[in-house]
Amino acid sequence: MKPGIDVLLIEDEPSIAEAIRFILSREGWRCAQWSEGSEAIQQILGLRPRLVILDVMLPGRDGLQVLAQLRATPEIASTPVLVLTAQGGPLAAEGASMVLAKPFANEDLRQAVRSLMPAGQPRA
Amino acid sequence: MTPEILGAIAIAYVAFMFVLAHAADRASIAGRWRWMDSPVVYTLSLSVYCSAWTFYGAVGYASRSGLEFITIYLGPSIVFAGAWWGLRRLVRVARMHRITSVADLISSRYGKSPWIAVLVTLIAVTAATPYLALQMQSVTMALGAFAEPGQKLPGAIPLWVAIGLAAFAILFGTRNLAADERHHGVVIAIALEAVVKLAAFIAVGCYVVWGLADGPADVLARIDRFSTTEAAKGWIIQPERWAVLIVLAGSAVVVLPRMFQVLIVEAGDDDRLRHAGWAFPVYLLALSIFVLPITVIGRDLLPAQSDPDLHVLNLPLSQGKDGLATLVFLGGFSSAMSMVVVSAIAVSTMVANHWFVPFWLWLREIPITRRPHDAPRRDDLRSLMLNARRLGIIGVVGSGWLYHQMSGGASALAAMGIVAFSGMAQVVPSLLAGMLWRGATRRGALAGISAGAMIWFVMVFLPSLGLLGQPQLWAGIDPFAGSVAIALFVNVSLLIVISLFDFPPPAERLQSFSFVNGVAPDAAPADPAQSATAEALLALASRIWGTETALRQFRDAAEEQGKSGFLPDLTSRFVSQFERALAGTVGAATASALTSRVLGRGAVTVADLMDVAGETQRTKETNERLELASHELARTARKLQESNDKLTAISSQKDAFLGQISHELRTPMTSIHAFSEILKEPDLPGSERERFAGIIHDEAGRLTRLLDNLLDLSVLEGGQARRHAEVVNLHDLIERAVTLAEISAPGRPAQIERDPLAEHLPVITDPDRLLQVLINVLANARKYCDAPQPIIEISTRRHPDGRTEIDVTDNGSGIAADRQTLIFEKFARLNEASRIPGAGLGLAICQEMMGFLGGTIAYIPGQGGACFRLILPHLPPTAHHPQ
Repeated sequence: MKPGIDVLLIEDEPSIAEAIRFILSREGWRCAQWSEGSEAIQQILGLRPRLVILDVMLPGRDGLQVLAQLRATPEIASTPVLVLTAQGGPLAAEGASMVLAKPFANEDLRQAVRSLMPAGQPRA
Repeated sequence: MTPEILGAIAIAYVAFMFVLAHAADRASIAGRWRWMDSPVVYTLSLSVYCSAWTFYGAVGYASRSGLEFITIYLGPSIVFAGAWWGLRRLVRVARMHRITSVADLISSRYGKSPWIAVLVTLIAVTAATPYLALQMQSVTMALGAFAEPGQKLPGAIPLWVAIGLAAFAILFGTRNLAADERHHGVVIAIALEAVVKLAAFIAVGCYVVWGLADGPADVLARIDRFSTTEAAKGWIIQPERWAVLIVLAGSAVVVLPRMFQVLIVEAGDDDRLRHAGWAFPVYLLALSIFVLPITVIGRDLLPAQSDPDLHVLNLPLSQGKDGLATLVFLGGFSSAMSMVVVSAIAVSTMVANHWFVPFWLWLREIPITRRPHDAPRRDDLRSLMLNARRLGIIGVVGSGWLYHQMSGGASALAAMGIVAFSGMAQVVPSLLAGMLWRGATRRGALAGISAGAMIWFVMVFLPSLGLLGQPQLWAGIDPFAGSVAIALFVNVSLLIVISLFDFPPPAERLQSFSFVNGVAPDAAPADPAQSATAEALLALASRIWGTETALRQFRDAAEEQGKSGFLPDLTSRFVSQFERALAGTVGAATASALTSRVLGRGAVTVADLMDVAGETQRTKETNERLELASHELARTARKLQESNDKLTAISSQKDAFLGQISHELRTPMTSIHAFSEILKEPDLPGSERERFAGIIHDEAGRLTRLLDNLLDLSVLEGGQARRHAEVVNLHDLIERAVTLAEISAPGRPAQIERDPLAEHLPVITDPDRLLQVLINVLANARKYCDAPQPIIEISTRRHPDGRTEIDVTDNGSGIAADRQTLIFEKFARLNEASRIPGAGLGLAICQEMMGFLGGTIAYIPGQGGACFRLILPHLPPTAHHPQ
């Protein structure tokens, strides 16, 4: 089978993106990153990741809008999505598989990814 | 007394007029010298009617034709004393429509027709040229009277006269381009000249009556005796000539370009006409009372071959009264000077507004709306129009001079005054009908004016130059009176007949309704209000009036609507007000064309017309009162709405502010958190470890800066900041800001345009804080200007009240109108899509800083790109420390 992408990280802050990529790749996940909202859906359609990590505050297009469109696009509608938010307080993220508030403990991130990743498919 | 000394006196006199006009202009800008607006000055300025032709020529005229000269004074007196209410109507309507010239008035009435304006301007130029030549001739002749027999005067005198007068007209007639076209300097100069010529003429009259004759009784006896002699055979009263001349003079006092200029364009309000209604006839009477005595005594005392046109001058000269003669010379010179200057201004305004600018706009397709990324050039149309007027003045005065050189002789010129009168009189039927009869149409006016003008040209103008023979009419009828009557008859007939069979388009009916009923036309149809278009109108206005005037007009209009800022809603009321204000500068036809081009507006529809014309005058008036009340209500409601919105906005801002702070703090915190945990892991390569520590360090710095900014804000907002002020040179401060902004916002190179000389202003302020604001604004311009070649213009100016303004303008696409009020809010990053770092506190801090310095920062729309204006007070607020 062709080598797919495990996680597509959609996040505009370069240092946060770097930290997450570092944490996840040490876990053995194959990661790709995209840093703005307006073409995020095309990226997901093209890369077909098993999991999407999505920041809420994105340039170009709000993360929640991206999420809504993802859920409305049949080919990728079932992809699990981990939403990251830097706003304090509860976030009503319709369609999110899980919400993680920034800043987060690295272990929480690792666990969230592990639990959301669809089972039965090998890691790299 | 030699011509040389006299020339020197004349030059000194002109120089004095320059100083006086300059002082008057300055005073009117500063709002001083309110008496300049008094009825006395107004009435005196009307005396521009009495040119050198009347000053010297009245005696010559009386010498040839007896009492007939009095018609030239009688016509205007009848119009002023008998019909001042009619004149007042005219002034009201003309001011309502911001009329700039007689051509503009008629064009505006007949549907803002550019062709009528072109035609009337043509008549005005044709009639004015020989008339101007006559004025130069009079100065030359008067100088010649002082020459010794055989002495030859330099031939260049008329040229120097022309140059001097054109310079005066250019300096004081084209200094500014405003919606309110008034020239206080010129008006005050001609008012003084009116006094000089009256004083001179009365002085000569008194000298003649009591010095040369034995008082009034002797003079009357001499007149009686003279009227029976052979020399007085021309002294017969021809009724048809009298009638025509009175009508012509009465028309001329309104429609001659120079008269229209002082009577209507320079009239501040119509109230002064009531005083002028009796005062101007009195002035004319005073000027005419000594004409016959001077004529008769001149005949008695001066040699027979002496030119009666110069009796006024030759009488005191022959008696060795050099002082009196000099005064007379100055009187005549004043008459010539005011006539030439005002005519040149009036005719050149017509030529520029009705010939040059429309032609130029048609030829060059000047982009009315600014293309994106042009350099911010603000008043290019303004300089184009001012230059057109300057060229117009040179052209008009120059052609007068040329005409004088080519015609060469006085005899051909003598009748030019009345010839000009009869030419301009051809516009009177259309003007009168336009004011009184709604049925008069554009085609009728065009046909009437052009036919009348053609007949005048062939039967009056050409014969007066000797290019054609006098037309032979019915026996016993005076050829001149007959020709004028024919021209006017054909003119009026065509106007009436064609108008009766014509059906004017809606736009024209709108104007005719407004002119006949004296109601402001408020039904200019506007597109649904779009602030983007209001900004386009503001940009157009800035290019014509200059930024300051345009901004003031727009701010006032917005305020009247109860809005803050510079962009009023495009209500039909505002659009028609704007168009009329523009018409005050460029004429109705051009203003309408320009406004329509910006608004993308179509023609007036019948439905628009029904709105206005369907109502009777009475309901219109009631409505206006009601409208005023509801307008007031709407204003209050609007203000309430605005403050309510503001309160709601502030409350939701508070929530948003906390959310934003949370976000801005959590973002760097997230990186620090994650990387510090990573660093705890044991098996990390050294290089990675170092890089991650670096990231933590940077993000910690970012946190600190954010906290610093927040602290700055709260300190400023809480009013606890330390006040500190010193005198600094603004130039040095800007210099440093430009350098530091380049460091803080590197990236694409931006071209900085400055005017270093204007920047050298001492300001008393807290330099560190002002520097911070400047850096912020400049760095913003560097970051957000999206032009391919960014240009940032910094301009500074000091107002008379001590305020200092600093404008920073770029050539990008600016800020959308609906965001313009938001940008000074905290965390309002304009463009979420841009990848530009920054917390969005910059402008909020700038605003607080400027407030702290006692000044303001504002976004100025319509300047091309984004434009921020910092205003610093003369002195910073005094230090106080709340405990």
